[in-house]
Amino acid sequence: MSSYRTPLGRARGLGAAKHGVGEWISERVTAVALVPLTIWAVFAVLRLSATDYYGAVAWLTGSPLNPTLMVLLVAVSFLHMHGGMRVVIEDYIEKTLTKTGLLLLNLFVCALAGTLAVFSILKVALGGAL
Amino acid sequence: MTDAPRARPLSPHTSIWRWHVTMATSIAHRVSGCALYGGGLILAAWAVCLASGPETYGAFQALMGSILGKIALFGLTLSAFFHLAKGVQHLIWDVGFGYKPQTASLGAVVAIAFSIAATLAIWGIAAMTGAL
Repeated sequence: MSSYRTPLGRARGLGAAKHGVGEWISERVTAVALVPLTIWAVFAVLRLSATDYYGAVAWLTGSPLNPTLMVLLVAVSFLHMHGGMRVVIEDYIEKTLTKTGLLLLNLFVCALAGTLAVFSILKVALGGAL
Repeated sequence: MTDAPRARPLSPHTSIWRWHVTMATSIAHRVSGCALYGGGLILAAWAVCLASGPETYGAFQALMGSILGKIALFGLTLSAFFHLAKGVQHLIWDVGFGYKPQTASLGAVVAIAFSIAATLAIWGIAAMTGAL
C-alpha cells in the first residue's frame, strides 16, 4: 500500500460522474427537433403578431396541428434550455453552494414555466378559454 | 503523506487565444442561448396570458408591441437564427465533419450571414403583413 488515503479520498475529484453521456445526447436530440420547430415558431409569431386575442384563440383551436406543435415547441425548448443553462452554470460557477442553488433554480424555473405554458396552451386549445 | 490532489486540466485561457471567427461565434452561441432562455420565458408568458383572457392578452400584446418589446423581439429573432445556424454547425461537427480550419471558419461566417439575412427578411415580412 503506497498511500494511507481512503478509497473515497482518492476517488474525490477524479473521473466523471458517468451521467454526462445522457445529458450530451439529450442536448443534441432536442437540438435536432428544434431546427424545424424554431422555423415554424418564427412564422407562428409573425402570424400571432398580426392578430388579436380572438385571432390567437382561433389560430390555436382551428386545427390540432398548431396546439400540437406549440406544446412540442414549449416542451422541447424547455428541455434544451434547462440542459444549456445547466452547462453554463457548471462552467462558470465554482462555489458548490452557489452552483447547486443556481442548478436547482434553473430546474425549477424551467419546470414551472414549461408546465404553465403547456397547461395554458391545452386550456385554450381544448376550448376552456373565456 | 498529504498526497495533494493532482492539478486538474485547465481550459485554454482567453489571454493566450488569438481572436478568430470560430471563437467569436462560439461565444455568441452561448450568449444567444442565454438570451433565448429569456425568450422561452416570454413564450411561456404568452401562453399564460392567452389562457387568462382578452384583457391580460391585450396587456401582453401592448408590452411586446412597445419599443422595448420590439427591441427585445428583434434581438430574440437574431439570437434564434444565429443559435439555429451555429447549432447546425455544431451538429455537423458532432457527426464528424467540417473540422478543417477553413471549413470551420466558413461555417461560422455563414452562420453570421444567415442570422442577419434571415432576421432582416422576417422583419421585412412582419412590416409587410402588418405584424409590427
